[in-house]
Amino acid sequence: MTNAAVLPTNSLGIVHADDAQLQVSGLNVFYGESHILRDVDLTVPGGKMVCLIGRNGVGKTTLLKTVMGLLRQRSGRVTFEGQEISALPPHRRAKAHIGYVPQGREIIPQLTVRENLLLGYEALPGGMGRHRHVDPFVYELFPVLESFLERRGGDLSGGQQQQLAIARALLGKPRLLLLDEPTEGIQPSVVLDIERAVRQITATGISVLLVEQHLHFVRQADWYYAMQKGGVVASGPTSELSKAVVDRFLSV
Amino acid sequence: MTSLLDTLFNGLAIGSVLMLAALGLAVVFGLMGVINMAHGELMMLGAYTTYVVQNLLKTGPLQALFPAYILIAIPLAFLVSGLAGLVLEKTVIRRLYGRPLETLLATWGVSLILQQLVRSVSTAFFIGLVLALVLGLGLPRFLPAAWLRQRWSPLLKLGSWLLAGGLGIALAALAGQTRQLRLPWFSARNIEVTAPQWLRGSIEVAGVTMPTGRLFIIALTALSLIAVHWFLQKSVWGIRIRAVTQNRSMSSCLGIPTDKVDALSFLVGSGLAGVAGVAVTLLGSVGPNMGGNYIVDCFMVVVLGGVGKLLGTVVAALGIGILSYVLGSGSLLLLWPQMPAALNSLITFFATTSMAKVLVFMLIVAFLQFRPAGLFPQKGRMVEA
Repeated sequence: MTNAAVLPTNSLGIVHADDAQLQVSGLNVFYGESHILRDVDLTVPGGKMVCLIGRNGVGKTTLLKTVMGLLRQRSGRVTFEGQEISALPPHRRAKAHIGYVPQGREIIPQLTVRENLLLGYEALPGGMGRHRHVDPFVYELFPVLESFLERRGGDLSGGQQQQLAIARALLGKPRLLLLDEPTEGIQPSVVLDIERAVRQITATGISVLLVEQHLHFVRQADWYYAMQKGGVVASGPTSELSKAVVDRFLSV
Repeated sequence: MTSLLDTLFNGLAIGSVLMLAALGLAVVFGLMGVINMAHGELMMLGAYTTYVVQNLLKTGPLQALFPAYILIAIPLAFLVSGLAGLVLEKTVIRRLYGRPLETLLATWGVSLILQQLVRSVSTAFFIGLVLALVLGLGLPRFLPAAWLRQRWSPLLKLGSWLLAGGLGIALAALAGQTRQLRLPWFSARNIEVTAPQWLRGSIEVAGVTMPTGRLFIIALTALSLIAVHWFLQKSVWGIRIRAVTQNRSMSSCLGIPTDKVDALSFLVGSGLAGVAGVAVTLLGSVGPNMGGNYIVDCFMVVVLGGVGKLLGTVVAALGIGILSYVLGSGSLLLLWPQMPAALNSLITFFATTSMAKVLVFMLIVAFLQFRPAGLFPQKGRMVEA
């Protein structure tokens, strides 16, 4: 349905592809025989923050997993910085500077916090072998991590794990960060920390693709996409995110 | 007192062999979740490497090194078995991740192939095998690339392998005309590995006679254990291996090349089997079938210790070793001469090597009924696709 000559625009036809850093076009993804994503088009412009909203089970996480390469699309393309990455395994996409903070954090439980952080360097050339010390900027972002360096990752609280997961992704110097519900099930004070950190991240020019339910976090994004039943049904600048849209697409 | 120490030393020696043999399996099965039935045959390759090194150094210009041949054999055996394991991973096991039953059957087949390989390999056989492999792997490179992307490409590949195999067999048959080239290298008989002079004596400490050969095995086991522990806990690749073991998909998302990690873990595990093979030459007969004597014990050790835990392997190996020696040698009778007659006859009944093994395995089975995850349970990766 999309070919190279036609700019992949979403259903409202607003986003143009010129400044696109990540571009998803005509994406169809299946779990076995069940059709999860239906012809999804989405664009993340360089240095912007884009938010995916929608009720549970509409395919937001599936979309992020497909962008990261954990799931294979049946049709459609994923392009990052002009390169098609649809066929690459996840570790090659990480090395192309896409950082991923999954739902449920996915900290390596038996490794120490320090080792978990060092794993973030694996996305850089030379990996942990060349980068043996954690860059202290992550401790400025999340001071709590520095005091827990020798603890096991699995022993941290949910909020601390979330901070660790974000810090780990940042150490790989991503140019696009995929954040899947970073505030889900986390105490309010830590939510504020995380929101502040994400603001600082976007200020440094890293683009962010965010899946989020908290409305005031959503409002920090530049652009929103609303999903329903596996497809993108609405999008626009978050400043124009009206109450009616929120009620229709956000479960909170 | 002396007999107690004596018993402990001999049990420790038996446990060390078990531990060394199971260490490689603890990496391959414990960490990666791959059931490798050919592990015993990788040990056998290590033992045959020792034999070859011994024969090469026995005469000729390097004779001066002969007393140290076993030290030279250790790294070589690691390499030979490790590379064999690497080839096995790249060709067979990689395609079967997440399918334990198929892996079990396929690696069992590989173990039979390896056994027959050392029985029948001769110079003619070897030349033919090398030709077939080089042709089979190299032919597709000379074909036009477009031919390999057609629907019938698999048929083309099959055809090129058939051709390569046929040419290899033809060359082997041709070379076999010469008697010199037809002679098998090892034959199906057991081979003779003689320990160097300095491993045949014994030293006495506190009234306990310790054969130096056994002391050597204990030292080799301790060194291997320290090396594996360091590798897994401190080295960069060790951290990668542990990360992939615990969370494969997230590790990949962080940029860790999981296929390389799999290959490396398999190489290390198989190489350790080779080192164990070197140690085994000091103890008993070395032949094409020796792998089968060890594989069951190795799996027992890893399962009893708790899959995925090195400490479990250590404790389980020493425990099984000491227990089977204590039971098998009837040392309990010596330690406690005036025990009741009923107990005495029971212990005498189990006081042979094979009956002791029966009893130990029965105890393990009973133990696993209550603690199915072993002594030190941890969630390991049962490999997902």
